[in-house]
Amino acid sequence: MTQDILRQILDYSNRADPYPLYKELRRTPVYHDGSGPFVVSTYYEIQALLHDPRISSDARNLASAADDPLAEPGEEEETVLPPSFLKLDPPEHDRLRRMTNRPFGPPHSPHRVHDMRGDLHDIVKGLIDKIAENGNAERIDLVEEFSYPFPVTVICRLLGVPPEDEARFHVWADTLAASLDPDPDADPKERERRTHDSRMELGMYLSGLIEERRKNPTGDMLSELVTGNSPDGTMTTMEVLSTAALLLIAGHETTVNLITNGMLTLLRHPEVLDRLRSEPELSVNLVEELLRYEPPVQLVPQRSTLADIEVAGVSIPKGASLWLVLAAGNRDPLRFEDPDRFDPDREDIQHLGLGSGIHSCFGAPLARQEAQLALSELARRLENPRLLADPPPYRQNAVLRGPRHLPIAVDGIRP
Amino acid sequence: MTADGSLERLKREGRIVVVGASLAGLRAAETMREKGFTGSLTMIGDEPYEPYDRPPLSKQVLLGRAGPEGTALPRRRDIGAEWRLGVPATGLDMAARRVRLGDGNEVEYDRLLIATGVRARPWPQADEAALDGVFVLRTRDDAAALEQKLAAGPRRVLVIGAGFTGSEIASACRERGLPVTVAERGAAPLVGALGGVIGEVAAEMHREHGVDLRTGIMVTGLEGDATGRVRAAHLSDGTTLEADVVVVSLGAMRNTEWLAGSGLGAGPRGIACDAGCRAFDIRGIVTDDIYVAGDVARSPHALFGYQFLSLEHWGNAVAQAETAAHNMLSESTDRRPHLWVPAFWSSQFGVNIKSVGVPSMGTEIMITQGSRGERRFTGVYGYQGRVIGAVTFDQSRWLQFYERLIEETAPFPPPFTTVDRRPEGNRPMPADFPDPSVPTHGPTITLSGYSPADRRMTFTPAHH
Repeated sequence: MTQDILRQILDYSNRADPYPLYKELRRTPVYHDGSGPFVVSTYYEIQALLHDPRISSDARNLASAADDPLAEPGEEEETVLPPSFLKLDPPEHDRLRRMTNRPFGPPHSPHRVHDMRGDLHDIVKGLIDKIAENGNAERIDLVEEFSYPFPVTVICRLLGVPPEDEARFHVWADTLAASLDPDPDADPKERERRTHDSRMELGMYLSGLIEERRKNPTGDMLSELVTGNSPDGTMTTMEVLSTAALLLIAGHETTVNLITNGMLTLLRHPEVLDRLRSEPELSVNLVEELLRYEPPVQLVPQRSTLADIEVAGVSIPKGASLWLVLAAGNRDPLRFEDPDRFDPDREDIQHLGLGSGIHSCFGAPLARQEAQLALSELARRLENPRLLADPPPYRQNAVLRGPRHLPIAVDGIRP
Repeated sequence: MTADGSLERLKREGRIVVVGASLAGLRAAETMREKGFTGSLTMIGDEPYEPYDRPPLSKQVLLGRAGPEGTALPRRRDIGAEWRLGVPATGLDMAARRVRLGDGNEVEYDRLLIATGVRARPWPQADEAALDGVFVLRTRDDAAALEQKLAAGPRRVLVIGAGFTGSEIASACRERGLPVTVAERGAAPLVGALGGVIGEVAAEMHREHGVDLRTGIMVTGLEGDATGRVRAAHLSDGTTLEADVVVVSLGAMRNTEWLAGSGLGAGPRGIACDAGCRAFDIRGIVTDDIYVAGDVARSPHALFGYQFLSLEHWGNAVAQAETAAHNMLSESTDRRPHLWVPAFWSSQFGVNIKSVGVPSMGTEIMITQGSRGERRFTGVYGYQGRVIGAVTFDQSRWLQFYERLIEETAPFPPPFTTVDRRPEGNRPMPADFPDPSVPTHGPTITLSGYSPADRRMTFTPAHH
């Protein structure tokens, strides 16, 4: 194995197809080049580590932050917000996640996601109608015109951002998303300043909204988070803020890529796209296969060891940085038959795309519903869609991987 | 393929009979068809219903949220079987390869799968058990009748026995707002399966939810009124408790009586079989045409010193049925052992309880994550310096890790740091299982055999 395989994976020139590198990586299930993180790339090992209580998500347990070549300034920690539950261990993680889940999912709110279905459908319909009105069938950027605005609008509805504020919200979300997508040409200082400003503005906006909801709750998630009385107590304003920021960033960044990767894959497999047009119920299994085949979160870098542990014969010392390459595990031939084949009918499909264990994707039910709806509607309405660039231009980010633009042409848009 | 082609012939046109039309029987039948068995398949069941799922009976069904008829097991595939439902098997002629049925008919087989499971242990005094308002809970009909009684709003329910089923029944009663008393012979609920340390947590759960929990006590008799309805129970402390519904929850008995005299190694502890699910005859010789799966099977487990284990576990029934079905249709070199790690779950008082391994073999327990006070924790059981079992209360996402420790025979106490390890959890303590000579409720696991547990087989004649 080449010594710098990690560097190759992070190298932008390999962004469009990292899978051959993952294959090479899997030959050494626990890869360590002496100084960097311990990188785990095989299915069963990742699966076990996601359920291993000796693995921490709290960066304070890292022996040395310098071990993490992905560590970037300008992320959550840099702000005054406390860490979200994504970056905490139990019991704090469990307490915050439980309180967040109360207004979101079962057992207390089994209907929230289900009841959004009509809303989601309207948003999807509105966005596709808008593409049709703009009338340039020769060049549609599916990212800009569809897969980006869709999840942001959904998050706004979910949190309870008033429709008149949605535009401002979109701008902040875009800027923050861009901060995770370092453009080598941009001036880093300038970008950092813009990110910082957006974060401040968004934070202040949300604080205002939280105060308002505290006085006049309206049944949306923010209202429930500030007023909700659970056995765990009530969230502080700061906790609501960091939770809302987490829902915004995590919920939004990943869904964009899930939908875009999905459309790209379908355009590369036109026979599946055809089937989906007449068989929208295929979208359920199709999205699961997509989460295996092209997962939006390629790897989980923020883990560390609380004890010396042995994984696949390798001793990982306490305090080491651990990367779990979900996308490599998803194509492990020891677990999946013919793993590089995209098969929307695949039955045995227990992928790692949404993680597993206590940090398994909080928004999974919503993300699944969004992607199922988006892909089946796009399949139904776009007439003879085709890729204008293959591969399309990718975003810089190796962790949250997906196309920056997805230019397509269509013959028309069905009503 | 066998030299003489007999296996191919069996798969093509053989006759397979499955006695027991519940979870294990159904999953086995589906697996056989999946493996290309095209011969005749007969499913025999003493209940009139097609296979249904039991876990919801003590939960959703008792809460009135699901009808008992709504618990039919989902089918994986069409099995194309001849169903003989509502007819019990009454005998087995091993030499002639025939199963005798209660209606006088006989069914011939080339391969037989026995999955007759267990039934609820009845209240020992037959006349008291026959009183109106006295129930056991095992079948769909039991659940339907009990639910109807609960829906009518009885003044007080008495549950005898605080094992998993008894506790779930008490929980359902409280959720329906019914006054309920639980009488348990042991020192705490769940004590037989999980020990006193965890039993204490369970006892607090009962009491916090308004259950009148009485431990260390026996029900000595039930009393009916002039119309034959139960009205009171007499307790070993000399008191009398008024109750108009009594649920007897004293564990289960294995359905093996029909095999008496057949020559098969069947008794009150189940039917002994090898790791490949082949039944033993009374001479200790393995049969090659009779297989066993599910609650009624008793098979040696490599992880637990090759002791013969019988498990009343949902997951075990599925896994063992699949293994038995596979082996029934395979050459000896292609057969697989049934090496399932015992796993069990329960839901009561809003708490999800799961266990893996064999906690009841443990002598020590250590809380490795969470806290008992918060009712969210993981407890690990140790036996002679190794991890032998684990239990979680509302923390099941970690269980997989502990299952692996059991499989690896990892050292106990676990020497490493984990997330969410509280000060109270740093020390192992005695797991506090009751003296096995004092009966509590029926255990969910029967162990017998030699070391490491050093529990020896004792012959218990069946009482007829």
